[in-house]
Amino acid sequence: MTRPMPDGLELDDIQHFLVARTPALAARYEFLHFDSAAAGKTWLTGLIDKVGTATSVGTDSPDARWVTIAFTWNGLRAIGVDDASLATFPDEFRQGMAARAVMLGITGKAHPDTWDGGLASPELHAIVILFARDVPERERAERAHAQYLSDIGGIQRLSFLDLEALPPYREPREHFGYLDRLTHPTIEGGEAPTPGSVTAVKAGEFFLGYPDATGGTPPMPQPETLARNGSYLAYVRIQEHVGVFRDFLRANGGETREGQELIAAKMMGRWRSGAPLVLAPEVDDPALGSDLQRTNDFNYAKMDPHGYGCPVSAHIRRMNPRDTVDNVERHQLVRRGGTYGPFLPEDAPDDGVDRGIAAFMGCASLVRQFEFAMNVWANDPSFNGLENQRDPIAGTQDGTFDFTIPKRPVRQRLTGLPAFTTIRGGAYFFLPGIRAMRFLASTAAAAAA
Amino acid sequence: MADDNDWTRPRAMAIPEEGYLTSSPGRYGPTFPKTPACHGFTIIAKIKPGAETEIREYGKTLETAVGKTPDVLAPLQLHYLRWVLFDIGADTYFMYQGIFDTDFDKYTEDAVALFSATGITTIFTKLEGFPEDWKTNAPAFIRFVRDHQQPSFLEYGEYPFVTAREIKKALRMREAFTSMLDESQ
Ligand code: HEM
Repeated sequence: MTRPMPDGLELDDIQHFLVARTPALAARYEFLHFDSAAAGKTWLTGLIDKVGTATSVGTDSPDARWVTIAFTWNGLRAIGVDDASLATFPDEFRQGMAARAVMLGITGKAHPDTWDGGLASPELHAIVILFARDVPERERAERAHAQYLSDIGGIQRLSFLDLEALPPYREPREHFGYLDRLTHPTIEGGEAPTPGSVTAVKAGEFFLGYPDATGGTPPMPQPETLARNGSYLAYVRIQEHVGVFRDFLRANGGETREGQELIAAKMMGRWRSGAPLVLAPEVDDPALGSDLQRTNDFNYAKMDPHGYGCPVSAHIRRMNPRDTVDNVERHQLVRRGGTYGPFLPEDAPDDGVDRGIAAFMGCASLVRQFEFAMNVWANDPSFNGLENQRDPIAGTQDGTFDFTIPKRPVRQRLTGLPAFTTIRGGAYFFLPGIRAMRFLASTAAAAAA
Repeated sequence: MADDNDWTRPRAMAIPEEGYLTSSPGRYGPTFPKTPACHGFTIIAKIKPGAETEIREYGKTLETAVGKTPDVLAPLQLHYLRWVLFDIGADTYFMYQGIFDTDFDKYTEDAVALFSATGITTIFTKLEGFPEDWKTNAPAFIRFVRDHQQPSFLEYGEYPFVTAREIKKALRMREAFTSMLDESQ
């Protein structure tokens, strides 16, 4: 996959993860703990060369698997970063997602007390993210990593998660059946945004050490070697209650399939085919949905100010309100990840199996980008003049919020929305550049010894 | 109990010293409650010696900015702003009070961006302790604002909980109604 890369970025020092999307159909995330700084350094030293850079992945790489490594704040400390340096990382990263859960809306059944796999624990130090072309390749790479861990010793695997694309594999679908990955932010000087998408943003919105939308370069954690070319990742594993979702469509969409599809479309802002409601308000248009040149070619303020097509509370209108809010370029996220758990066949009753999305939101500021998206866009009940509503897909729902579908002559109000999704775990990671990883593997070690 | 949002019933609310009744965390710390006098802040800080004239002159600048672009402050969803200078002993203090309809924590970076765009920050740079790198360091800017926020211990609203949006809507309707009456005479 060759695509234009933004100039001025040190692509051979940046992990590929947020720059290039890989053609992976399977993935594995491993959550790790270092018994000692020395063990962490040994582990990292042996893996740095396996991490794809933006340069190596951006060209037509024949790779079948792509490795990404990121650290929690506790992990940076465990691998030997000194206190003076640790203190220069932002508060939200130091505290971690579990400590900030209530503000993010991660409450009730989603509360960090219920998380497993060590995600809410200070014992979580690092994640290795393995993307693979297919399941056999993932299994091969996973065995190689297990062998490596047993050879070097001193690294505990707290938990892992296996991910697989859902049938029919031709295109990225999530468990509710929506086409995904239609929208992504772009960086100035790189790939041009598709028609209608948010204009390309400054590199500093995603990578540390570059100018951002303020025009200046924001202060970085120190030393610069550790911070430059790094990013933050907010990880969330979100369970999707497919049975609850399908029952809700049947109960509120009327007898017909069309009626039910319309409810699904109103909550997302796109038909399950991906066709945006602003452009296809009455009937689905699958060809439009998957046509990347057309599927984002719309706005809200001028084309659908009252939400007669796309409700103001629909997922995509909340997570990217386009021209209806200020400073939209300051709240962009690079989304990565995939689906886990088996697909629930149409018309099968819910089998209670855990399935959902496990995603990373990449950014240069967790508080301004990820936390803003969760706290304001997903969960503010009075977002953009609404009352008592939250994002029906990504917001925290407990049966007390509504969803209004603007309609003439009268709006349709769905009251007491159930939770279609529940966050099951999450963490904040720092995704260092290649030079930074070499620094972590050596210099920082010396300081700690 | 009467409807909490009943605008016909004037209300007063006593607020504990922390600034809130039940702590509800925001991104930058505890958020302040909506009271019968809406959301608001009171920021008090000492000015740098000799900066008084410049600060006073700034009043004119903002007057001109709003005159030219009346909706320049619209994103803040304001009712009123008050800017005061006063002396304590030999020092001069600046007080900035705002009454608005949003939870400040939610739109705090937008406010910082707007302060910068309209030059409101030029006053802040005359205050002691204001971060030098405020332009690129929104978290430091926000910390300054929060550190200098003095929560009220009592707030009162003659028409409680009504938003500026609702007031303007009502006034527009009155206008439409009056002109309808005029035309039908
Ligand atoms: C299980 C939960 C979720 C599901 C099923 C889901 C699904 C989707 C789908 C199908 C789209 C439309 C495709 C596209 O525009 O690329 C979308 C868009 C988006 N989602 Fe989610 N999502 C979920 C949670 C989240 C969360 C937690 C966030 C962020 C914190 C998020 C952020 C976004 C953003 C930024 C967009 C792009 C909107 C646009 O640019 O128009 N989503 N999501």
